[in-house]
Order: sequence, then C-alpha cells, then structure tokens
Amino acid sequence: MAAYSKKVMEHFMNPRNVGEIKDADGIGEIGNPVCGDMMSFYIKVKDNKLEDVKFKTFGCGAAIAVSSMVSEAAKGKTLDEALRITNKDIAKKLGGLPKNKLHCSNLGADALHKAIKDYLDKKGK
Amino acid sequence: MNSKIRKDNKKRIFFDNASATRIDDRVFKEMESYFRENYGNPSSLHDFGELAKSAVESARKKVANLIGASAEEIYFTSCGTESNNLALWGLVRALKGKGNHIISSVIEHYSVLNPLKEMKKNGWNISLVPVDECGLINTKDIENEITDSTILISIMHANNEIGTIQKLKEISLIAKKNNIIFHSDGVAAAGIIPVNVRELGIDAYSFSAQQLHGPKGVAALFIKKGTRIKPIFLGGTQEKGRRAGTENVPGIVGFGKACELAKIKMEDNIKYISKLRDNLINGIINKVKNVKLNGHATDRLPGNVHISFKYIEGESILLMLNMEGIAAASGSSCTSQALKSSHVLNAIGLSPTMAQGSVLFSLGKYNTVEEVSRLLEVLPPIVKRLREMSPIYKE
Repeated sequence: MAAYSKKVMEHFMNPRNVGEIKDADGIGEIGNPVCGDMMSFYIKVKDNKLEDVKFKTFGCGAAIAVSSMVSEAAKGKTLDEALRITNKDIAKKLGGLPKNKLHCSNLGADALHKAIKDYLDKKGK
Repeated sequence: MNSKIRKDNKKRIFFDNASATRIDDRVFKEMESYFRENYGNPSSLHDFGELAKSAVESARKKVANLIGASAEEIYFTSCGTESNNLALWGLVRALKGKGNHIISSVIEHYSVLNPLKEMKKNGWNISLVPVDECGLINTKDIENEITDSTILISIMHANNEIGTIQKLKEISLIAKKNNIIFHSDGVAAAGIIPVNVRELGIDAYSFSAQQLHGPKGVAALFIKKGTRIKPIFLGGTQEKGRRAGTENVPGIVGFGKACELAKIKMEDNIKYISKLRDNLINGIINKVKNVKLNGHATDRLPGNVHISFKYIEGESILLMLNMEGIAAASGSSCTSQALKSSHVLNAIGLSPTMAQGSVLFSLGKYNTVEEVSRLLEVLPPIVKRLREMSPIYKE
C-alpha cells in the first residue's frame, strides 16, 4: 500500500515523541486540514539545546512518519544544529518518500523551525 | 508494505467492493474453456470462430436480461470508462446539428466528467447540476438547465463513493418530454440493485463486469434500438461497427454468467448485504464518537458505508487497517495521486476536515458477519490512536 519505505511504516506505526509540552518554550504550526496535513511542534530549550521535542500531527502516513523522524533528529541538538535540519534530510533518513508526498507531507522541519523561531522571538522580548 | 503483502487469505478482509470484486468461481469456470479450447475469433468462419461467436451471443442475452434490454441493444466494451466515453462521444457526435448542450451532474465519475471537460474545450456547452447534502439531484435543477440546444442528459444511477441512488425515472420523464437523449452511468448500480431500462426510460446505460463478481476488462453499453450513435474506435465490423476490435470472448462469457447469477440472486444479496451494512453503520456509530455517515439514509447502495471520522485523516486509517489485513478506501486528498479531496465530498458540502477523514467500506456478497465484527473490534482503537496524535482533536 502507498509504496512507503519500511522506515516510513516503522515510524508511522511507532511514532516517537507524540504529544504536547504543556509549558513549551516554543510552538510551531504548519499546514491546514484543507491541504491534508497539519503539524504542531512543541519544544523545551535548555542551555541552547532542544531538551525535549514533541509533536501532534493530522495527516497521512508520510506526515506522521516525517513528524516522528524530525522529533527524533532534533532532540538533544543545539538550536543552530536543529535549524539546519531540512525537509530533504528527513525524507532521506526515512528511506525516501513517494514523489507526490514530497511537498505536502514533508513539512516537519519547517514546523520545527517555526517552534524554534517562536522560542527565539519570545526570548528576544 | 509491498514486500510483506499478507498471503494468508483467511485473515484478509476485502471491504473495497466498489473498486473491484472477487470473481465468482462459477464465472471463472465458465470462462476457462474460452482461453484453452474455444479460443477462436468470433469473426472467423470455421468451427472455432463459430463456437466463440455463439458464446458471445449467448452472453449478450444474459447481459441484456440483467437490465431488461434486448440482446441487440447491448454493445460490449473493455471497461466502464470506455462505455461512458462511447456513450458521450458517440451520442453527441451523432446529434451534431441538433444542438450542442449537455446536462450532467457534479458528482459523476471522472470517466464522464473528463470527457465533458474535453467537449467543453471543443465547443459543446456543459451544465453540471449540483446535489444536496445527501448527494441527491433535485430534478427541477435539470429541468431549469434545458434549452433548445440540449441534446443529452447524463446522470449516474448510483454514486460509486457515497452510494446515493438517483431518481432516474423522474429524470427520464423530463428528458422524454423535451425530446432529449438520456444516458446513465450504471457501473456502481448494475448487478447490485434492480435495473430495468424500459421501466426507467433510459436511452443508454453503461455497466461493467468487474463490479458484479465478473472479470475485469469487459463492460457493456446499452443503446436503445433506434438511437443513433457514432463509434469512437474505427476498424472492423464487430458490434455492428459501433465498437471495432476483436471481442474479449472469455471476458464476455464471464460477464454473461456474472449477470445471470446477479439477476437470480439479487433479492437475497440485497437483503444479506444491506443487513451487514446496517450492522456496520450502527456498530461504528455506537463505538466511535464524532463520526458522520455520508450519503443518503435510504436511497443508498446496499453495500455502501461511507463514514467521516472527525479530527483524523483517511490514509492513516487505511494504512492501519491494512496492517490488520483489512482493505477499504478513502476520499481524502492524501490517498489520491492528484492530492485533491474527492469532488463528490466537496459537492455534498462536507468540510475539508471531514472529507479528509472519510473512509468508504464497500461490502459485497462474500463479506461475512464475522468480518464486520472483526472490523468493529479493530477500528475503534485505530481511531483513538490517531486522534491522540491529532492537533485538532478535542474530546
């Protein structure tokens, strides 16, 4: 079904870091139900590092797997390192995504970056 | 997932009968000798050809009988899409000079909508009437669209997604009154619910074998005697020149047998399948909160269960069901190659979220009470799991 890689299916069936962080330092949201996928990322920052990353996602198998992979890749990284994670990296880590899913579902890194920017904005104020 | 497709047939459950059906063993058996022994071309003069020809003609009678037509009004094609294309292009080109306006609906199958789109580019005027929230056409809307140049009305019998059955008789009366040809795409309906083209007053009707436990690759177009139609395939004189090309003899034989079986068992099948359907609908509504049954409460195909699960997306549900060996379909944009949610769900005014969360379970005669119970066990935890992941979920 849907020609997903083993890695995608593995993350889809066992997604890492699902949930919300109540007192999150930053929140990033992307997408909307009209286009099919919607992701919310929550981060906790300590000493310039992502101490915790959680997500909630409405969407297809790819969107959920992407969110899970982003959370895994970002956890423990410095903010700079996390900001350098790209959607492309995530697709690669997942063993590739079906062509038609590369754009709409592969927005996890953007959502993460939004959460980091939200944190930086709040901190700046 | 391709690498580990389940081989244990027992555990697999097929709730996607709207997309394809399992061939009936009796149909398969009937076809066999037309591959292995009687493989002649019906156009040939020798005995091989004669045998093939008589098999095709005998099948034609059975196919005609399913819809109350006569054999000479049945034209074999390769699929429902071809039947619809032949009907639309064939009729409007034969009616050129009489007018250039066609009336159809927004919920038709793409094999009707896309030819109409192409016609629009080529000078025909197309009106698509809307449907209400149950998917029903208001026949007044059709009446209001009629002009002096209207030559064709094409309205599907039953919708392949939400299962709503249209009031064809009312539409045919309007067509007749205004001297307009009436075509209906019956692919989702024929063999499932009773069809009588005479009683319904239809001029052309498309239907396909694979929807009624027959083989893929064969379908038919009924064209009422005396109705002018131009071929879209040019070649030999098969099907009285209206559809050139060597007949798919084994397929046609199988189609005939499938129609015969569908006709004999129709009442029993309707009773059996609609009971399964109602069990499934009630079971889902009882066990899962925030769901909506789409389509019509009563004017509905016996096997159609089209449900929207609020807060979650259809492809995710299908993937998790598939892991359990259960096959279903969805109108979510994520499941379509075009990444657009179903035009039918948009037409009935379903919100984008509810369209994304839609799942179609289409039941058939081979489904069982046990399979429905199994689905009702497996489905609620899947919905729960996905909702817990959803950023828009509110208890």
